[in-house]
Amino acid sequence: MTVLAAREIRDGDVVFVGIGLPNLACNLARATHAPNMVLIYESGAVGAVPERVPPSIGDPALVTGSLMVCPMSDIFQYFLQNGLIEVGFLGGAQIDRFGNINTTTIGPYDAPKIRLPGSGGACEIAVHARRTLIIAKLDKRTFPEKVDFITSPGTRPGGRARRKPELPGAGPVKVITNMGILEPSPENGELELTALYPGVILEQVQAGIGWPLKARRPLAAVDLPTEREIRLLREKLDPQRTHIK
Amino acid sequence: MKEAISSLVHDGDTLLIEGFTHLICFAAGHEIIRQGRKDLTLARLTPDLIYDQIIGAGCAKKMVFSWAGNPGVGSLHSFRRAVESRPPQLQTEEYSHFGMVARLSAGAANLPFWPLRNYAGTDLPGANPSIRTVRCPFTGEELAAVPALRPDIAIIHAQRADEAGNTQIWGLLGVQKEACFASKKVIVVAEEIVGESVIRSDPNRTVIPGFKVDAVVREPWGAHPSYAQGYYDRDNRFYTEWDSISRQPEGFKRYLDEFVYGVKDRAEYMKRQPDLPGRLKAKELICQGVNYGY
Repeated sequence: MTVLAAREIRDGDVVFVGIGLPNLACNLARATHAPNMVLIYESGAVGAVPERVPPSIGDPALVTGSLMVCPMSDIFQYFLQNGLIEVGFLGGAQIDRFGNINTTTIGPYDAPKIRLPGSGGACEIAVHARRTLIIAKLDKRTFPEKVDFITSPGTRPGGRARRKPELPGAGPVKVITNMGILEPSPENGELELTALYPGVILEQVQAGIGWPLKARRPLAAVDLPTEREIRLLREKLDPQRTHIK
Repeated sequence: MKEAISSLVHDGDTLLIEGFTHLICFAAGHEIIRQGRKDLTLARLTPDLIYDQIIGAGCAKKMVFSWAGNPGVGSLHSFRRAVESRPPQLQTEEYSHFGMVARLSAGAANLPFWPLRNYAGTDLPGANPSIRTVRCPFTGEELAAVPALRPDIAIIHAQRADEAGNTQIWGLLGVQKEACFASKKVIVVAEEIVGESVIRSDPNRTVIPGFKVDAVVREPWGAHPSYAQGYYDRDNRFYTEWDSISRQPEGFKRYLDEFVYGVKDRAEYMKRQPDLPGRLKAKELICQGVNYGY
């Protein structure tokens, strides 16, 4: 999943990096096919070259050797709102049929069953990044038909296509899961299966999705992670195995 | 520290201890808990462990925030206990990071609100009536608007300041500058107090001028388990351990008894953990200086 996410980044992309798996995927991309990507963290680091995989997005290793460190107001206004971020990378507790993401509450907002951390920078990333990648493990609880709370807007806010200027970015273009890749249908923005990983069948994916999943034909082929990618992840990028097995 | 907190932080105040992962002043938070402040409104982008501790200690009635988690680890358990209980023990007012940054920018610029392009297609304005819209008088575009945040008191940690409060920060700047200019009173807590000539030798590094500062406190290691670039690393091990320490109220209480109520100040807190400097002290990496001559 991390390897597939990393492969979505093009060399030279300006990428807004979130916490957790996105962080790992971006650092893998930088170590492999995208050495010229520019890592931007909401904490203010621009062109970061962390020597250790940062456990938080405010890690001191993001500052050491970076191209620029600026106030957060610059990051959100001059970089993100100004349209300079090509890729935004998000995860979430719930992702629905139209790519809306919930990181706020499970259950009603006023009487939550589980209080999640909230937006952080996720809402504005989903609004402004030119394309958004979502990374999440398949599970019926994670992929309900409708999220309990929309923290970050998906492909069809209010049932309509995203419009400028209030939603300048394209929204989610791919959802990278542990079994396959989902993409929004060009007709109605609904997430549908576009690629299956080797050895996985459609029923396994459907078991982790809370709506009747459509599959695009033909499904795209996915190359297995190379030995180099796996070695980098296990030995260099996540030796403590915080995110990977 | 004792004196600064007792004279400048009052029951019922809106308090802002800022610092984005970097430079979070735990020493000040612990002193506020020891002095038993009540009914505070806690404002901060990322409440982090410091507000989790202040909430669990019973000092807060409300939190204004944009991301309430333990970065890279998981939940803030005291915060969750407070908002998941029925009725909730803590009021909340919630924005996104951009929204909180915009609120402080408005406060610092002495404007009533700040416009931003955000929140379309989300449930955030429905959850918080203070997230509104405003129409641009030039283009007619509808923009999101958030109200100015003017805290009663901001507490900022910094690498160095002089006795007058001229404060220099490097590394992640977060919203330290906006926080100070937006707040009615300001306490600066510094790793080192340096002479005015040191400040004057590198004025571009000054983030807050002394005349906006009400008290300056010297407190080495005052940000631990947060960090100070060039002084000590973030204590990621403690951030991970906090998850199990705070998961049950008993563990939380034991921690507070030992490391907050059980010590009189930060120096004693450090004495209790003699391994910290060896484990976290920063390596030296000096930048190339610049020529300020003309």
